[in-house]
Amino acid sequence: MSDTKSRILYCRCAFAQVVPKSTKDEVLDRLCESGQSFDTVSDLCEMAARKDPRLHDLLEGEEPVQIVACYHRAVKWLFHNTGADFPEDKVEVLNMREESADEICEKILK
Amino acid sequence: MKNDVYPYQIVLFEGNGAADLASDRRRQVTRSLLDKGYSVTRVAEDGVRGVSRPSEKIPMLVLGDFEGKAPEVTSTETHIDIQTEDITGLSVETILELVEKKRESEGQVLNSPGQQGAWKPWFPVIDYDRCTNCMQCLSFCLFDVYGVDDEKQIQVQNNDNCKTNCPACSRVCPEVAIMFPKYSSGPINGAEVADSDVAREKMKVDITSLLGGDIYASLRTRSEKAKSRFSKERSPDKALNERKRCLTKLQQSGIIPAEVLAELDLESLPSPDEIQRKAAEFAKMQEEMENS
Repeated sequence: MSDTKSRILYCRCAFAQVVPKSTKDEVLDRLCESGQSFDTVSDLCEMAARKDPRLHDLLEGEEPVQIVACYHRAVKWLFHNTGADFPEDKVEVLNMREESADEICEKILK
Repeated sequence: MKNDVYPYQIVLFEGNGAADLASDRRRQVTRSLLDKGYSVTRVAEDGVRGVSRPSEKIPMLVLGDFEGKAPEVTSTETHIDIQTEDITGLSVETILELVEKKRESEGQVLNSPGQQGAWKPWFPVIDYDRCTNCMQCLSFCLFDVYGVDDEKQIQVQNNDNCKTNCPACSRVCPEVAIMFPKYSSGPINGAEVADSDVAREKMKVDITSLLGGDIYASLRTRSEKAKSRFSKERSPDKALNERKRCLTKLQQSGIIPAEVLAELDLESLPSPDEIQRKAAEFAKMQEEMENS
């Protein structure tokens, strides 16, 4: 990852209860309290199932992207299976199923 | 599953020309819209540099405290429909109502979490770094979720045929290459795969061999043995019984969760003819692949 300021993409995983609610709420709250611009989606899986064209646009551009969602392997292949590029060198996936809100916010709210 | 008319991309605009939203209001509006099923982009003072570019096929609804007058916005990029709404002084509930009314008036379909009839995005995701194209999943799935592309590469073709909360194909994948991101535990949920996971999954495949290799092979063997009888005694009741016996075996194996099996409409399962056709296609395809 370069030192360029990353774009942030947050997934709410709104269709399931597999991401701890306290983690996803706290990360979103702290994003909202920050002065940063960011993208959020209701559910990446749902968008991938619909082959939503936004998935192609979310990772476009030169700047690095931090995706706050779940497991790297799942996120990578969700994008891939819709035909969207998943440039490993500029994408960092932060996992709300395993990492704490503090750990994630420390990485995204620099 | 695909939309013809996509729901709005919501933009909470706090850049030049709009006042900042109070932190608590911003949080509540964002959370409410996300939980309703919308994608929300926050544009803060640092502007659009921090967000993705708009998608041409997605209409955009820009919400902001524009202090009485929402600006007219025209896209320099063609095909992007941008609408604006002033939300100065509006409560979170009123903002949500406003967005919903506008969406409905535009005929946009929204798959909304928790709403009756909403489709839970439950479907397999293939990890092609692990997949060996063995076709075990295609062979196993009763619901035509899988297919192959022009180059005979396995792919998920009918994700909305997948039975919610059923990870059975993932359990029979010898390479642990099939994920269900909304599953509770790893490695099916996408967690990294350990060597012990691979060994365990291979054992499960051996368990499925108790069914005769896979469910299709099992049915095919039974069908072939009884071919002459079956052709004479073609009966929906017999076909149903056949399926019930196979499903009972699957239930006993623990591969398909009992609650998923309990909800299955046996009438909706593929007919024996369809199963035979698919099995024959699969056998032909494997033969072609072996010969190529």
